[in-house]
Amino acid sequence: MEFFERFAVPHPSPMIYASMVAIGLVVIGIVFGITYFKKWGYLWREWFTTVDHKKIGIMYLISALLMLFRGGADAILMRLQLSSPDMEILDAQHYNEIFTTHGVVMIIFMAMPFIFAFMNLVVPLQIGARDVAFPRLNALSFWLFFAGAMLFNISFVVGGSPDAGWTSYFPLAGNDFSTSVGTNYYMIAIQISGIGSLMTGINMITTILKMRAPGMTLMKMPMFTWSAFIANVIIVFAFPVLTIALLMGTTDRLFATNFFTTTNGGMDMLWANFFWVWGHPEVYILILPAFGLYSEIISTFSSRNLYGYKSMVGSMVLISLLSFLVWTHHFFTMGQGALTNSIFSVTTMAIAVPTGVKIFNWLFTMYKGKIRFTVPMLYSIGFIPLFTVGGVTGVMLAMSAADYQFHNTMFLVAHFHNTIIPGVVFAMLAGLTYYWPKFFGFMLNEKIGKWSFWLLSVGFVLAFFPMYITGLDGQARRMYTYSEATGFGPLNLMSFFGAALMAIAFVTIVYNILYSIKNSPRNIGNDPWDARSLEWATHTPVPEYNFARLPQVASSEAYWDAKKNGHKLFTGELKDIHMPNNSGVPFIMGIIFFVAGFSFIFALWVPAVIALIGIFACMALRSFELDHGRHIHVKEIKEIESQYEGGAK
Amino acid sequence: MKLDHTQPLEYSTDQNQLNILGFWIFLGAEIMLFATLFTSYFIFEGRTGSGPTPAEIFEITPVLIETFVLLTSSFTIGLGVHAMRLGRKNAMLTFFGITLLLGLVFLGVEIYEFMHYYHVGATYQTSGFTAGLLTLLGTHGAHVTLGLFWGLFIILQVKKRGLTPENANKSFIFSLYWHFLDVVWIFIFSFVYLKGMM
Repeated sequence: MEFFERFAVPHPSPMIYASMVAIGLVVIGIVFGITYFKKWGYLWREWFTTVDHKKIGIMYLISALLMLFRGGADAILMRLQLSSPDMEILDAQHYNEIFTTHGVVMIIFMAMPFIFAFMNLVVPLQIGARDVAFPRLNALSFWLFFAGAMLFNISFVVGGSPDAGWTSYFPLAGNDFSTSVGTNYYMIAIQISGIGSLMTGINMITTILKMRAPGMTLMKMPMFTWSAFIANVIIVFAFPVLTIALLMGTTDRLFATNFFTTTNGGMDMLWANFFWVWGHPEVYILILPAFGLYSEIISTFSSRNLYGYKSMVGSMVLISLLSFLVWTHHFFTMGQGALTNSIFSVTTMAIAVPTGVKIFNWLFTMYKGKIRFTVPMLYSIGFIPLFTVGGVTGVMLAMSAADYQFHNTMFLVAHFHNTIIPGVVFAMLAGLTYYWPKFFGFMLNEKIGKWSFWLLSVGFVLAFFPMYITGLDGQARRMYTYSEATGFGPLNLMSFFGAALMAIAFVTIVYNILYSIKNSPRNIGNDPWDARSLEWATHTPVPEYNFARLPQVASSEAYWDAKKNGHKLFTGELKDIHMPNNSGVPFIMGIIFFVAGFSFIFALWVPAVIALIGIFACMALRSFELDHGRHIHVKEIKEIESQYEGGAK
Repeated sequence: MKLDHTQPLEYSTDQNQLNILGFWIFLGAEIMLFATLFTSYFIFEGRTGSGPTPAEIFEITPVLIETFVLLTSSFTIGLGVHAMRLGRKNAMLTFFGITLLLGLVFLGVEIYEFMHYYHVGATYQTSGFTAGLLTLLGTHGAHVTLGLFWGLFIILQVKKRGLTPENANKSFIFSLYWHFLDVVWIFIFSFVYLKGMM
């Protein structure tokens, strides 16, 4: 029995036991359901082994939505605990675990897969390619992300969740102060999904540089593709720093090294520096693709081309450079000199300039445009003022002298939620609504969508604006309770109501999906939004090979040219199309990585070594494998094309 | 598979070109990885706690042997790729074989070096300095070890299937990797060993 004791949760509560039962029942239910309906073969052939960028994108999308609800449940619990003074729903340890997992899940396992979903779904279509450069590597990226996400999510029922905050600062995250295996989960689950992110970065950069349609020069790429390109460049340069930091954190915890300790030459602040050298670029990895989506949506629904294309690209390049030069602003109060703080203050404020350029470009795109207030456009219009408030409070935080007042208060919490929710989450929901018809063949209901938007916006303002005030009044973040005498009670109650409205908004989004599956008309054509770029030029839903003939491009709005100016997109004869073969190896590697990660977390060395050998065996297998892909022949293409309305163009 | 005969064999198909560009980007990520390791080493260099200092544990002889064999192996793999472009399969295999042998010698000496550190009391757990040093050297050494297996697999494939565009592509990419490890070693030699011994 002693062996199994390590898997017990150190701070059990009825809620955790209930979760265990619920997880058990859901897993049994899913396995039983799939077996009963005989869907294992279908799942394996169509999804587990797929290398199709569209299917991988959809899997990212579903995972991101699931994780949104996991992270959202954490958020509701936190707001409930703080909703009035001296609440006792959660104890201190449980509260620590919940704010930690909320942060990690939302950033690493919700926002990242959400942007990867759109990169996978949209980028190859926007550049007129048939898949990404390395389709199988793409599948591996997804399964590594998924293995990491599952590993992280079992932490709260097996062994205990991480409790040192999503920043996991040492020495708090060291063995002395973080005694459960929780922080091991943090180190290893993020490591596994981080390797996947790095691979996606390499894959997307290569795809965008080498696989664009004939005529599409770099400055004729649609804006979302530009934003994805820059975000992936940041990924390739930022993630290796995290890899090393996590490696050092892991060895500190598992092998008693002295990287981030306070004795024998260890240096705890090095973690904080490495973490934010990755962590600050990370927030731009999330926000730039969001900006890209807004650019597409605002231009489409203003019926105008994007204002200031070149300055949009230039400002993103500038943001990507500056993003690596600001990390110290996350710990102004932690002992650098005034000179260092001042330099980082200036670089931080400088980021507001290119961001401001983008805001004005969006406004000028709308100016004198014929605006259609669809759901994606509502999110985009809501984003501009709300995000600007978040940006301005960011400039306040950037003033290092004033930061001594703001640091680690609810003011900071309000600020970063104010950028991430209207910035990233709104963009993801806008993108979800905008691209849904392209991949599923029907629209989401506009009326329910508008309800979701208003509930979410009002809920957001109610939940987070009060935190600016309580933060300035001195309410510290991560504090699990407060006394009545502080006077924080009423505003925190307001936050709780806001959080509840947001939760209702997310439920209406799920309801909308279910409602639309049942009720939406299916004959929507290729271009339901009257859009402008190439992804709308192919059929809906998109055939496996994306384009029967590769498009010819002459501007950044090739499809608009084709619709309005008589530009010929598709010319020439049909030819055989070369496609990659499916493979089960990425899925199996995901499982082996999961086993390896789990074994490392609990220091089970025998299975860890076996699993590592398994990983290398898979790589060796891949080296020796001969895989030339397959061809879809002209006859087949003609058959598929004729199934779509109007036949081949 | 369309072959473009104006290009060298390793660049001759579209997928080959993608693979090479993708690998260069991967090497960009590797540069960041090692840059992070070097940064941490420089920070930990003087933070020896109660453990030994760099000058107390570094020995010049094994380091010189390692440097010599690794630099030579970078030259021999260059000859290997040259032979490949001339279509001389046996010469290529010989040079690749020599490269891997030299890599193996490097690894052997590095293992000796690690045992030496262990015996003089500079273990992984001793201090910030030893942890930083062994992680930097260990990551490089792990790359070399992986390279030995990878190179062996490529030799076997070229032997079995000949100089196909695919194999030429793999061999060329492997040579990029091997040169990169050599470049990293030059930095380790200069900024870890020489600096530490001066």
